[in-house]
Order: sequence, then C-alpha cells, then structure tokens
Amino acid sequence: MFLMLAAFGTGVFADGVGVGDQAPGFNLLNVDGNYVSLSDFENERGVVVIFSCNHCPYVVAYEDRMIELHNEFAPQGFPVVAINPNDSIVVPADSYTKMIERAEEKNFPFAYLLDADQTVFPQYGATRTPHVYLLENKGEYFEVAYIGAIDDNYRDAAAVEEKYLANAIQALMAGERPDPEFTRAIGCTIKVQEN
Amino acid sequence: MKILIYILAFVLTTPALAANKMHDEVAVMDFDTFAPMLEKEDEHTYVVNFWATWCAPCVREIPYFEKLRKNYQDQNLRVILVSLDNPDHMESRVIPFIENHNIGSEVILLDDVNANRWIPLVSEEWSGAIPATVIYNNSFRGFYEKEFKYDELEEIVLPLL
Repeated sequence: MFLMLAAFGTGVFADGVGVGDQAPGFNLLNVDGNYVSLSDFENERGVVVIFSCNHCPYVVAYEDRMIELHNEFAPQGFPVVAINPNDSIVVPADSYTKMIERAEEKNFPFAYLLDADQTVFPQYGATRTPHVYLLENKGEYFEVAYIGAIDDNYRDAAAVEEKYLANAIQALMAGERPDPEFTRAIGCTIKVQEN
Repeated sequence: MKILIYILAFVLTTPALAANKMHDEVAVMDFDTFAPMLEKEDEHTYVVNFWATWCAPCVREIPYFEKLRKNYQDQNLRVILVSLDNPDHMESRVIPFIENHNIGSEVILLDDVNANRWIPLVSEEWSGAIPATVIYNNSFRGFYEKEFKYDELEEIVLPLL
C-alpha cells in the first residue's frame, strides 16, 4: 500500500534545479590552480557536471568510467566537469590538496573543481556523490537535461545494462530528450559542517 | 584441575560464542525479498536504517539505533539495519563491524545493484544518499535522508510506542 502511495512526481528532493531548468552558473578553483566557470564552455554542446569527491567508494567505483565518458564525449562537445562539494574539515580526504593528488594519480582528463564555499551544490540540489547533472547548451544559457546516475551497476562496469548518462548524451546529440531524464543511485552524502 | 581449566575455558569463550552466534549469518537478499520488511502490518514499530561500513555518518549513528532498540524493544520497537556493503565484504568488513560494535539488531545485506529501480520503492523522497531511515508502524510512516542524533530518534519513535 505504501508503495502505491509513492507514485507522484519524479521527486525533486530539496531546493535545486529540475530537468528543463536553467543550470546555475559557477566559477570554481580547478586542481590545476585556475578557475573554471560554466560560461567557459559556451562553445560546447553541453557539459556533464558530476558532483564527486575523493573518499566515497561509489565515486571510486566510477572514476574510470568518468574518465572514459570524458574521453568519448568531450571530443563530441560534452566534456565532464567534476565538482567536489564536501567540506574538507569534515572529510580531510576531500581537501583541495588531496584532490590534486587524486587527479594526478588517476590522470583525470577533465576539470576537477572545488565548491569551496559550498554554494554551488545547493543551487543544483545535489545530495550525494556521485550525482550527475547533464547540461545542454541552449545558446544563451545551459539547461538541465538529465539528473541522476551514470549507469545501473556501480559495482561492475561490465555488467551494466543501461548506460543512463551515455544514452542521455546521445539523445541530446540526436536532438531528442533523454529517456529516462531522472534516475537514482546510492551514494555518499555531501558533507557539511554542523551549525 | 582439568575440570577447572575446562570451566575457565567455557566461561571465557561462551560469551564470545554467543555474540558470534547472533550474527553467524547476515541474510543477503535482493530488494524484492527485502521489500516485505518495509510493509509489515503488526503491532511493532519498525526502524529500518540503510547504512554501510564505509559510510562515516552511518557508522556514527548506529550506536543510537542500538541504544534505541535496547531501551524500547520491550515496547514493540524493532530495528533492522540494512547494509549496502558489497557482499564480497561480508567476512572482511560487515561481520567484523557487527561483532566489534556488539550489534544486537537484525542486520541484513541488500544485494541489488539496480538502485534506480528500488530506491523510489523505499521512498519517493529518497535521492539515494546514505544514511537513510524509514520509521513506520500501522499508523505512521516517515522517511529521513539524514544522520540522526539519539534525541531526534526518540522524539519520532516515542509517540509511536
């Protein structure tokens, strides 16, 4: 009975954006020491924003797939941009220095930014890592086209049945809407200091 | 003397055996097998917590669930701890965690990778971040995607008992 009650809406959990909304801008420090803003990607067809971090086992399970996604889709106009939203006092493993170390270890081909003031992730409504927001360039602004998981099997890339994110990017490239446009996955909470 | 040694050995090892016995087996199940635990229609109030050994806020709050169980199990409270650990880590992480923390609550391991299918069946409000907790009985159902403090748990549960 309760399961039936759970039938409305695609669920926007907290404040934040939904599919079809304009994507909030950002200007954040990259692991290379430079600032990267959303508007830097105005010549791309879109941006794959992934709220990510160093410590979360679910992120670690997806790091290689994030690299592959960037290598496949950045040349086609959809680069990955990872954003670490975690407070480094709560999680020292997610400090800026540790981000640089991780980016070098894994040789990340994509930007890995720090949401140092923790002001960007709430605007998106991100709640966990990894948490994907696929943005489509609409000319004047970026529009949220897909929110959710990378695929349907965090544990085993070889056993994935549905590549939600890759399919969503391909849909946009074909001029179609992603289907599904919203998925869920288990992840680590975004870590903020208690008041 | 032999008997004394035997008794001593018995006394020293029995509590450990008993503790082990409680969690010799953590049931591993897929979501459809687990789902009835979210919909029991009996006199109990159920606190169903989703956690993992690698999840720091989960590990912090688990003693509060244990305390809640100890304080109110005589008043029809049941706690079910649903581990989302990789089943390959059962022997190396999950069982040792249960033993080291003297977990007396029922523990199961939910082994179902297609979380997009089952997360909304737990709660449409759940984004998938853990810790997350469902508290329910015949007249109440609450979902909480947060780390609990003990007082907060009592505040929700006490009126339900």
